[in-house]
Amino acid sequence: MKLVAGSLRLLICALREIFDESAYERFLLRHKLPRSRATYAQFLREQELTKARRPRCC
Amino acid sequence: MRILRILIWLAIGVLGALALATIALRRGESINAMWLVVAALCTYALGYRFYSKFIAAKVLVLDAHRATPAEHLENGRDFVPTNKWVVFGHHFAAIAGPGPLVGPVLAAQFGYLPGTLWILAGAVFGGCVQDFVILLFSVRRDGKSLTEIAREEIGRVGGLVAYAAIIGIIVILLGVCALVVVNALKASPWGTFTIAMTMPIAMLMGIYLRRLRPGKVLETSLLGFVLVLLAIWGGQWASQNPEIGKWFTFTAPTLAILIILYGFAASALPVWLLLAPRDYLSTFVKLGTIAMLAIGIVGLRPTLHMPALTRFIDGSGPVFAGKIFPFAFITIACGAISGFHSLISSGTTPKLIRREPEARMIGYGAMMAESMVAIMATIAACVLQPGTYFAINSPAGIVGQAPEAAAATISNWGFPVTATEMHSLAQAVGEQTLYNRTGGAPAFAVGMAHIFSNSLGGQAVMALWYHFAIMFEALFILTVLDAGTRVGRFMIQDALGHLWKPLGRTSSYPSILTTSALIVLAWGYFLWQGVRDPLGGINSLWPLFGIANQLLATVALCVATTIIIKMGKARYAVVTLAPLCWLVSVTFTASWHKMFDPNPRIGFLSHAQSLASGTATNARLIFNDRMDTVVTGILITMVSLILIESTLEWARVISGRKEARVKESPFVATQFAAEEQV
Repeated sequence: MKLVAGSLRLLICALREIFDESAYERFLLRHKLPRSRATYAQFLREQELTKARRPRCC
Repeated sequence: MRILRILIWLAIGVLGALALATIALRRGESINAMWLVVAALCTYALGYRFYSKFIAAKVLVLDAHRATPAEHLENGRDFVPTNKWVVFGHHFAAIAGPGPLVGPVLAAQFGYLPGTLWILAGAVFGGCVQDFVILLFSVRRDGKSLTEIAREEIGRVGGLVAYAAIIGIIVILLGVCALVVVNALKASPWGTFTIAMTMPIAMLMGIYLRRLRPGKVLETSLLGFVLVLLAIWGGQWASQNPEIGKWFTFTAPTLAILIILYGFAASALPVWLLLAPRDYLSTFVKLGTIAMLAIGIVGLRPTLHMPALTRFIDGSGPVFAGKIFPFAFITIACGAISGFHSLISSGTTPKLIRREPEARMIGYGAMMAESMVAIMATIAACVLQPGTYFAINSPAGIVGQAPEAAAATISNWGFPVTATEMHSLAQAVGEQTLYNRTGGAPAFAVGMAHIFSNSLGGQAVMALWYHFAIMFEALFILTVLDAGTRVGRFMIQDALGHLWKPLGRTSSYPSILTTSALIVLAWGYFLWQGVRDPLGGINSLWPLFGIANQLLATVALCVATTIIIKMGKARYAVVTLAPLCWLVSVTFTASWHKMFDPNPRIGFLSHAQSLASGTATNARLIFNDRMDTVVTGILITMVSLILIESTLEWARVISGRKEARVKESPFVATQFAAEEQV
């Protein structure tokens, strides 16, 4: 049971990382900002500089 | 305990050998797909346990005490120490693209054996090694990119060539990807409706994410996925409605123009509105569908109807012309080794790795998972009756336009199929016709629909599964297309910025529009060439893409070999030198054939000549052939330059004329090792 719960937690962590939810949390933590539309827009602007430059693989 | 471990590994070895012998030696009877799965799993297990461990311990000497850039440069943005399984998932999601699905489906024209053997051997000894060593070398250089590493370790020419090769491969890749989508959606109102709907759905997701639930990406992706499922269901209604069906029924040239316009818009529109939500949606669907396919294959354990080897090993194949060597190897591309992975391995991933030894599991392991996806694609193609497979994948220029003529030609090859069977199949999947759908995607979708419908829902839902599969492929191919166009735009802007600063401003609208137009026109040219080609386009363009991709892997392996020699490990350089030599022989031979082969179905120049000497001279097709020859020639020349420069560097270091010194970042001790001991 412990193993299943641990694996599920890990899966959710991986999904949150893949889908940039963790990156947003870190952004809020780094800038000590609350979760809001304005801070998410700010996060997206920062992401645009890095994420949009990453190639998707073939 | 030790004896038990030895016995377990011996059992894995024996089982793997038995499975490989079964798939290699059985002739004249169908085999179960599980033999391929067992052979693959045992090969990967042995490769990971023994070969990657040898590379990690003897060649790279992974250091558990050395801090990674994620630790000593941690900034909470790019450099973030992350759990190894999370990085594994992130890395796999980044490297898994349409290549390992399309390539093996096309290569199935030789039978299931050549493709399967190359996917396994190529991954274990080539692709996994490349991804692993480049990832580690990037980690030891603070996450530098392949072009930066090439410039530092080989020289300026190396860096320049890597840069030009990347631009070249992106342009060809995007043109070919777009062609695969066009061939899957032409005259298919259901598929076109579904894919068209993903654009407003993505925009809706973008707005939902920005205005209503900021940062809730998983929730938004799930919502987007539900809407996409509704769009698939709605596609059936649209295709059956004579009035609406007409709006979504397009010819290949019209679809090509629409995709070119889409690529331009996606590159110029704000990222949050279209590109980012489509990327999330595509990743969501991609990971889910790959997992579903794996479960479906293991659950159904289908029989492979394709023989181990077909008559087309002689080079006369209808899907693409050319013999097994070198064409099977460049066609499979990403499922065995992909140069593009070296860009990911020297991009985001090295900045997330927490401990140096984890590079083995992430670099080597994720490529094994990608290779398994290629095995699943092979299975999906080979569960089809061979006659059906060839009817879908053969261009009209080879088998004829009329259903009866095509069925007769394919049956004469020894793969029986009737026009009635093909008509019934097309009706079962909700299409008007399945003939001449070159590109691999429709054949893969039919195979996948066969596996899914036999596992869940039966024949009644085959059409829904088929269009789910088409949506899945088209969605993430279009994601590669819009992200690639944007990346290409940034690369051109960077390069132009060196000539004249204002052109390099990434936020300047005139610069955005000009560079987007440049990159879209470049891949749009190849797409247009493909849709106007009477042989289906894939025959000339997929090999060109395979050559470009494998040449990029050649560049990565040149860099890796140079570093290994400079590390004083020349005696182990064979781990990267062997796949490098193989790739050089494959890509250079394939390039030679594509340029100069006297068979007009293979050689670009002989094809141009045959058109010129015929009555129906077509200046456009002749120009395309000559252009393809020039592009192949440029790619080969660039890689020859980097090979020569690398070889000279190796000779200088081995002979002692140059000091063997790698340009790694200084050693910093990790704090994590101490924390783990406490």
